[in-house]
Amino acid sequence: MVKVQIYVTLKAGVLDPQGSAINNALHTMGYNEVSEVQTGKFIELHMEKTDDVQEKVEEMCHKLLTNPVIEDYTYNMEEVVSS
Amino acid sequence: MKFAVIVFPGSNCDDDMFYAIKDGLGEDVEKVWYTEKSVEAYDAILIPGGFSYGDYLRSGAIARFAPVMESVIEEAAKGKPVLGICNGFQVLLEAGLLPGAMQRNKSLKFICRQTTLQVKNNATAFSEKYEQDEEITIPVAHGEGNYFCDETTLQELQDNNQIVFTYKDDINGSVGDIAGIVNKEGNVLGMMPHPERATLDLLGSADGLPLFQSILNHWRKSHVVTT
Repeated sequence: MVKVQIYVTLKAGVLDPQGSAINNALHTMGYNEVSEVQTGKFIELHMEKTDDVQEKVEEMCHKLLTNPVIEDYTYNMEEVVSS
Repeated sequence: MKFAVIVFPGSNCDDDMFYAIKDGLGEDVEKVWYTEKSVEAYDAILIPGGFSYGDYLRSGAIARFAPVMESVIEEAAKGKPVLGICNGFQVLLEAGLLPGAMQRNKSLKFICRQTTLQVKNNATAFSEKYEQDEEITIPVAHGEGNYFCDETTLQELQDNNQIVFTYKDDINGSVGDIAGIVNKEGNVLGMMPHPERATLDLLGSADGLPLFQSILNHWRKSHVVTT
C-alpha cells in the first residue's frame, strides 16, 4: 500500500478571496508580519502499490481531484506497511 | 419540441425549469434522472441549478461524471441545444463543454437578488428573441459565480462573440463581468443567473421567458416545415 498526500493550490494569478479574507483577519488580530495567505486543499489517498501508481495519481488529479484551469497540485507518496 | 431537465442528487431548480417549459413556454418536458444512459430522445437538454452532490470537491466536479453526462456530451457534439443554469453552468465548465472555471464570489457571500444583465449577443439560439444590448432583469442565487478564465481564453470569447450575457454591475468578481457564454459552435449556453425563475411578471420579472422562446424559435426554423 502507498499513502499519497496531494496538495491543491490555486494557480499564480488566480484571485484567492478566502486567502485575502484570512489575511485581513490576521491583520485585524495584529499579525502585521503576514503579507499573503494562500488557501488550498489537502487530499490523502491510500491505494495499492502498482507499477503505474504515479501515472494513476496524475490521471486522478487531472480528471477529478483538481481543476487544471485554476488549480495546481503537488503530491508525495510514502509506502505504508500493512500489519 | 421536447425538453429534458437533468436531475442530479442535490439539484433544486429542476421544478422551476420544468414549469418554465411546461407552463411558460407550453412545450413538452420531462425530468431525466442522472442514472439514465441516454438523452437522445430529446430536442434540448437543460441542466438546472442546485448543489449537485453537495458541491463536494468543487461545484459540478462530481456531477460531471454522472452516468447521464456521457450522453449529454454526445448530444452536445451533435449540435443539440444544451443549457446549463447556475450549478448547470458549473457542470458544463467541469465537463469541458465550455471554457473557464468558477470560483467563490469575490465578496465570499452568497448573493440572492435581482440583477440587471446586458444581452451582448442576440444572434445565438438562446438569445434571438432579445434586442442587441437590451437590459434585462433576471435573479441570481449563487456563492460560486465568480467566472475565471485566462487572458487568451477571454480574448477568444470576445473574438468569437461567445459572451451572451454580462452583469451591468460587477456583482461577484467575474472576468469581464461575464454572466453567460456559449461554446464556439453556439449550441451550448452556460449562465449563472436564473431565467427559469423569471418567466412571469408575478415572479418579479418575465425577462427570462424570451430565452426559452429563442430556443423554440431557433429549433422550429430547422425542424418545422411551413407551407
